[in-house]
Amino acid sequence: MVATVITVILFTMLVLTALAIVRIYSLFAVVMLSGVFSLLSALLFVALDAVDVAFTEAAVGAGISTVLMLGTIALTARTQKKATRSGFVPFVVVAVTGVALVYGTLDMPNFGDPTAPASMHVAPEYMTGSVKDIDVANVVTSILASYRGYDTLGETAVVFTAGIGVLVLLSGLGRRRREDEEEDA
Amino acid sequence: MERLSDWAFIVGHLNYWMFIILMMTGLYIVVARGNLVKKIVGLNIFQTSVFMLYISIGKVTGGTAPIYPVDMQGNLQVDPSIVYSNPLPHVLILTAIVVGIATTSLALALIIRIREVYETIEEDDILKIERELSAKDYKEHGPAMGGRA
Amino acid sequence: MQHHLILRVITKMLVGTIILFAFYVQFHGDFSPGGGFQAGVIMAVAFILYGIVFNLSKVEQVFPPWLVHKLVALGVLIYAGTGIISLFLGYNFLDYDALNPHHPSHGQHWGIMAVEFGVGVTVTGVMVAIYYAFAGRPPPMKDEDW
Repeated sequence: MVATVITVILFTMLVLTALAIVRIYSLFAVVMLSGVFSLLSALLFVALDAVDVAFTEAAVGAGISTVLMLGTIALTARTQKKATRSGFVPFVVVAVTGVALVYGTLDMPNFGDPTAPASMHVAPEYMTGSVKDIDVANVVTSILASYRGYDTLGETAVVFTAGIGVLVLLSGLGRRRREDEEEDA
Repeated sequence: MERLSDWAFIVGHLNYWMFIILMMTGLYIVVARGNLVKKIVGLNIFQTSVFMLYISIGKVTGGTAPIYPVDMQGNLQVDPSIVYSNPLPHVLILTAIVVGIATTSLALALIIRIREVYETIEEDDILKIERELSAKDYKEHGPAMGGRA
Repeated sequence: MQHHLILRVITKMLVGTIILFAFYVQFHGDFSPGGGFQAGVIMAVAFILYGIVFNLSKVEQVFPPWLVHKLVALGVLIYAGTGIISLFLGYNFLDYDALNPHHPSHGQHWGIMAVEFGVGVTVTGVMVAIYYAFAGRPPPMKDEDW
């Protein structure tokens, strides 16, 4: 019950942050609020027992992504223009999608149900196997690096590719083109 | 529908509904706001609430974080009376967060390039410039270039 | 940021601690929350903080861009290389039992440490490289015009 109350309080704060992001026009405030949003969601992850995820979200969401967004608004614009279109059609689209998603959750098992399908299949094997085969205390690490090592290799490759993409977009081609233009001139 | 009056059912599904509300707030920002940086922030909110939904599926009542205690000799202490939450969603979301920041930075890099070409990051202005450009193309080359205007 | 004396002093004190914490998170990930992804991000934060408070050219002297770009690829190579080694030892790809066949769980420890190190190197490299790319871009208006 205490957990539910904590979740509801954190959720209320998250919704208030998100609504402020919808309404505010200053992009600096929006970026700062998105950092606040990440920190609050890290707290929520702790309440849901996902300490590794909370750690990552706090480091990545509140740290790096805020810095990168600040860098972006320094290179682009400080404020958002007033919306010219009415928000009514998007609101209807969002409401319909939301109702469809809520309808989809009606078949899901209750929150925290130990007999939920998600907790019945491979998870118990990982929990016992992590002691027997791998002997690593943090089960998340043993799944991440050993049981699903192939998966994580793919994720590392995605991070690598995204990094290369940013380099191509921002530091490689542009500089070469400027140099070419200087040669032409 | 009689389940909707069942208190245990409502409390058991409240979490999912809360995260769907957050998700829809993010989607609204993406759809209704024209500023590209704000769209990315909205996309991040959407993404984080999907993570929350996923993590809440792995939560087990009375459970704790899936880390075994270690004694002084370095042996793991397995106590069957301790309930652990499901670690599998944690692993999937952990990697998804880092991939998320990598793709977000790619999007931000694209926004910087868009600003350098169009001098604006408002969707409406970019579309207006695009329309003018294609109208000019149409006037110069006629329908041979594919008359989009 | 040359006139912010307090920021500069605090940053100099913090950078070493942040790097130390990153190594702790990297190598203690078997026993506590943490691992390559988080450690990589924290390590990158140390350099980004230094770059923000001093300036880009200062941090590029410490951690030159060519080295960062090599690290991005090196991490993936370490990860995939661990898999190739187990492949050549006659086991499946990324089956760490190969690293110590007489004591498979020790082999698992070595394997997990190797791949987590690879992940940490790549994430550090990518985050620092992205920061360099963003910060190295000429801004359209000066700081004073904000």
